[in-house]
Amino acid sequence: MNETLHHNKQINATDRRSLITPEGIDLKIQLADIGARIGAIVIDLIIIHAVLFLGAIIFIFGGITVNFELALSLFIVFSLFMRSFYFLAFEMGAKAATPGKRLMKIRVAARNTAMGQARLSANAIFARNALREIEIFLPLSFFASNSGSVDGMIGLLGLIWSGIFLLFPLFNKDRLRAGDLIAGTWVVRAPKPILGRDLATHNNQSAGLFSFSGEQVEAYGIHELHVLETVLRTNKPATLKEVADRIRHKIVWEKTAEERDKEFLEAYYRALRKRLESRLIMGVRRKNKFDTR
Amino acid sequence: MTDFVSESIDSSSLAFEDQSLKSERFREIRKKDWAELEALLNRMDKKGIRSLNAEDVLRLPKLYRAALSALSVARATSLDQSVIAYLESLCTRAYYRLYGTQSGLGKRIWAFLSRDWPQAAQRLWKDTALSALLVFLSTLAAYLMVQSNPEWFYSFVDAGLAGDRTPAASTEALRSTLYDRPDDASGLGIFASYLFSHNSRVAIFAFALGFAFGIPTIFFMLSTGFMLGGFIGLFASRELGFELGGWLIIHGSTEILAIILAGGAGLHIGRAIAFPGQLSRTQSAALAGRTSGLLMVGVVIMLLFAGLLEGYARQLITEDFLRYGIGLTLLGLWLVYLYLPRRDGTPFNE
Repeated sequence: MNETLHHNKQINATDRRSLITPEGIDLKIQLADIGARIGAIVIDLIIIHAVLFLGAIIFIFGGITVNFELALSLFIVFSLFMRSFYFLAFEMGAKAATPGKRLMKIRVAARNTAMGQARLSANAIFARNALREIEIFLPLSFFASNSGSVDGMIGLLGLIWSGIFLLFPLFNKDRLRAGDLIAGTWVVRAPKPILGRDLATHNNQSAGLFSFSGEQVEAYGIHELHVLETVLRTNKPATLKEVADRIRHKIVWEKTAEERDKEFLEAYYRALRKRLESRLIMGVRRKNKFDTR
Repeated sequence: MTDFVSESIDSSSLAFEDQSLKSERFREIRKKDWAELEALLNRMDKKGIRSLNAEDVLRLPKLYRAALSALSVARATSLDQSVIAYLESLCTRAYYRLYGTQSGLGKRIWAFLSRDWPQAAQRLWKDTALSALLVFLSTLAAYLMVQSNPEWFYSFVDAGLAGDRTPAASTEALRSTLYDRPDDASGLGIFASYLFSHNSRVAIFAFALGFAFGIPTIFFMLSTGFMLGGFIGLFASRELGFELGGWLIIHGSTEILAIILAGGAGLHIGRAIAFPGQLSRTQSAALAGRTSGLLMVGVVIMLLFAGLLEGYARQLITEDFLRYGIGLTLLGLWLVYLYLPRRDGTPFNE
């Protein structure tokens, strides 16, 4: 199941951005999606506030006996450091991600700039997190202070303000926060690589049962092959049956009594891939079934 | 690479037999190397770079390049999506490891203090000068206006910040605010409240709001100057100007310089966004943001320093000349540290 999830997420082509290594190969990295970004910040805020809560208990209960005012001052200093240095320390590490980002399998990376692909620098991390202060914490403090005598206008302005910054990533194609924009960074997906099994390998024993004619393996192109791969990896009986029936119809294949949908599809996948790959080596990349070359 | 080539020659002789696919065999042969690279990366993630021995360190770039070459071979010859997706994420992970930030924290801090911070300050000298000019002119304006009519004080200084220090207070009361230690606050308490104080907020916002073409930054610089001028005007009208100077300068020389530098950083970003020149606006902002961000790290250090001065030094030292001496010495040290040209011409490296 894990394999499927990992696999399906790879497909979204509009999230791809080019990242050319010094060796000259485009890694085609993927931007983190908005859901993962929100999830990450929520987890981080929960962690920060849980630690602050614990800290408050320790400082205040510890402080009552000794020196309450000193304990309170220490706690204020501690909370400020916690809030700022949490993001800085984790994002300056080798994984360039806070615990929330790690859980969501995303990280911070340097964006392509006019000077080329730069390394992620400590300064960039600082700049992107300094702006977090005005994006998130300033509006929060607006609300906090608004409970008092401050008039409604300022509260409303604060709301509009935070709205602009919170929605900022939705309105640019690279999903940059204002902080990312200034710092020259962006947030990208960093999945743990998982190598799914090769679908062409598994069916050697049943390969003999199926033999497809040249015409039959000419029916589809690369796009259909990839869809078939996804179907096989997802492995849902209903979908398998539907796809198998459709392919049988298209290539005019008589279903025998003992033939099972999955075995048929795996055999056909293998045959189709073999055909398409041998043409690929000859320089013909047949995009889909309409592509007749 | 050689493995793969020799393998494909073999396969041509077997082409008519129903053997495994070329892409499948390619994967089988190379899989071991990929797994090794993955294991090395996992180890670095878990136990840090020091867990690698000399052999691993030599092996890592080799495995990385092999994986990269496998990726381009797979893209050209394999239609197995899972292999390509796997190699893409493996190579990306290795790329970030190999080309990521490598230098240790200690080295990084030393490079920042000895080179990067002064260089960033020097690069932004024009913006900083403009920012200083704004503060200076607004201070002067507010000073002159409060001198002529003390009522102006209320327009320049926020009531919450002024506290008891208003034109309504007696001269004696004003004098006592300069020398008396508040009974209810320890040095640390003052330091803590300083961190949340108006002035350190101003410095952060002057930088952070710079991207709105620098306009909020200009506003923040002017308001800082007005406030400063308002106070000076008020105290000077009671012939306490010299004493106030000592009270302000002991931590103010560090703090106001930090605010001016933050304003310079904000204006630099605003300028880069308003007038990007040959670059795109985003690229120009990112470029300016790096230098300014660097300077801002320094500003934060200065503000922490100013907080300590306000919390301890100002409360302990009440002798005017000593206050002036310390404040002006610090100002001189900051200026020499930041702006004295260096012989060491190591290229600027963010």
